[in-house]
Amino acid sequence: MKLKQYLPPARNLIIAVPWFWLALFFLLPFLFVLKISLSEPILAQPPYLDLIREIEDGFVTIVVNFSNYQLLLEDSLYLSALLGSLKVATVSTLLCLLIGYPMAYAIARSPSHWRLPLLMLIILPFWTSFLIRIYAWIGILKGNGLLNNLLMGLGLIDSPLEIMHTPLAVYIGVVYNYLPFVVLPLYATLIRLDLTLLEAAADLGCRPWKQFLLITLPLSMPGVLAGAMLVFIPVMGEFVIPDLLGGPDTLMLGKLMWIEFFNNKDWPLASSLAALLLVALILPFVLLRHFERRAEEAAA
Amino acid sequence: MKKMFNGIKYLLPALMLSGAAASSAEELHVYNWSDYIAEDTIAQFEQQTGIKVVYDVYDSNEVLEAKLLAGRSGYDLAFPTARPFADRHIKAGLYQPLDKSKLSNLGNLDPVIMASLADIDADNKHLVPYMWGTTGIGYNVNKVREILGDDMPLDTWRLVFDPEIVAKLAECGVSLMDDPTEVFVAARAYKGLPTDDFSKSAINEAADTISAIRPHIRYFHSSQYINDLANGDLCVAHGYSGDVLQARDRAAEAGNGVEVAYAVPSEGAVVWTDVMVVPADAPNPAAAHQFIDFLLKPEVIAPITNYVAYANANTAATDLVDEEIRNDAGIYPPEQTREKLIVLKTPSEREMRDMNRTWTRVKTGQ
Repeated sequence: MKLKQYLPPARNLIIAVPWFWLALFFLLPFLFVLKISLSEPILAQPPYLDLIREIEDGFVTIVVNFSNYQLLLEDSLYLSALLGSLKVATVSTLLCLLIGYPMAYAIARSPSHWRLPLLMLIILPFWTSFLIRIYAWIGILKGNGLLNNLLMGLGLIDSPLEIMHTPLAVYIGVVYNYLPFVVLPLYATLIRLDLTLLEAAADLGCRPWKQFLLITLPLSMPGVLAGAMLVFIPVMGEFVIPDLLGGPDTLMLGKLMWIEFFNNKDWPLASSLAALLLVALILPFVLLRHFERRAEEAAA
Repeated sequence: MKKMFNGIKYLLPALMLSGAAASSAEELHVYNWSDYIAEDTIAQFEQQTGIKVVYDVYDSNEVLEAKLLAGRSGYDLAFPTARPFADRHIKAGLYQPLDKSKLSNLGNLDPVIMASLADIDADNKHLVPYMWGTTGIGYNVNKVREILGDDMPLDTWRLVFDPEIVAKLAECGVSLMDDPTEVFVAARAYKGLPTDDFSKSAINEAADTISAIRPHIRYFHSSQYINDLANGDLCVAHGYSGDVLQARDRAAEAGNGVEVAYAVPSEGAVVWTDVMVVPADAPNPAAAHQFIDFLLKPEVIAPITNYVAYANANTAATDLVDEEIRNDAGIYPPEQTREKLIVLKTPSEREMRDMNRTWTRVKTGQ
């Protein structure tokens, strides 16, 4: 019994596990990135100067260099890349919600023996490599690819549609790839929805579309938000899809980071970009949590 | 696509052999460009030496460079382009000097090419030339002739830099390499300007030339044009000689009626050399030397040239190369073409950075 007094409560121990996980696999790597972002590039291995340098035996100095962040703020290229990523992420998130919501709704309302096969249809493509699925879209969308040959074969168009290497191709690739991330959380919330609420509303003379707007939609908002986050955040840093399907004018942060890291060998600047992207993503998320909590407290 | 299939293709012989060898067998880790070796080269080396080769591929110098700069890449042998990459890697101390006593076949190499590397690598201490080629223009013969007529000469940079011509070709597809140095130098050659000037004003001049044609460029990529030229998805590509010729051969094999040709522009084109290097922290430098010496054998390197359509740096091997390839002006250019070739000057770090930033702006139309 004595020992128990000195041990932390079991509850704290359980919470400590995810915190430890986050510290080890998120905070620590981020601190490495932050450290590199404050150094200067050099031509050597590794290609940046260490922050802590020994000047004379025993004397150690720490040199911190903020010029990378200064450059990011001064050069309009980085701002336009941020705006480019924001635009693609916002539009794709909206598209995913518009397409994913009816899908999740239909699955949740279908007879129970249909639900598992329908969900499997959503999940199955994920058993193929992400890269192969994107390459498959190249085969479908390119100049003499499946889609154009089909449309021309049917006589609907005379010359191939230019879809590959355009922003449209990027949206198709992103929406296709991230759609399950919207459908699954939405399905999870919609299936738990208490249908008696809708019956009660109907008994009181509420029209179906109003039932949806007043009951189903507000109650499924947690699923909408979760789905939106799961799409928006990764798409902000997306590199592979715009690089493979997009054209030269698709400027996004992920690509810019690649250029700084590989073409310019400027690890410090690439790290500053990564740090800024993280701040740009975490800030709205923290604010959202904050307002959610206030709303919950107000409701209680 | 190409990269993935290659990975499998090269892994198979290694896997089959590793089954027979004991798990403690000596290993050699090779990092090379995709599609840059003959199909049976590795199997032969493994059979002769008993060393197990782990073979990985990359498709850009930048990817190789990032691994070398990070350190502990685990590779024993790599194949960077001499300028500007190997040049600055030597300065950064990334390679170990070679032990020439272990390279008995070094004498087979072309003395002219060895001498051409001496200014970046004194006494040829670190670099052994592997293949060399040019960066020019690949095109779909029928489609380009159909659009531009039969009288227009096609061995000119006007095909990718003259706004009027590129506008006409745009619908059937024009691509530029995603490599600022190559494109800026080509743009300056097109304008008849000196190609060893990387000052801000020189970069901006080249950028203006590229901006004028950018709206008509389908994409900027350094390897995708191989498939697209071969399939007829692309009409004109700025690209490496051997890659274009591989596209030509693939189209011929597929029998899809697409005829691809390669031209060294008369205004001058970049000539480059890819070299073999042993990273300073290579785990097994002795096996790397054995592999280099193996590749220096005329009877080994000649079939590679036959397969990859690049000229090797091995004088003793020239007679063993297929006649068709030896006489191909795109692979072994005739003397009057060779005089016009441009040897790249390595830009300084400052110039490189200016060039890369300008390049991003030009590509995205900012």
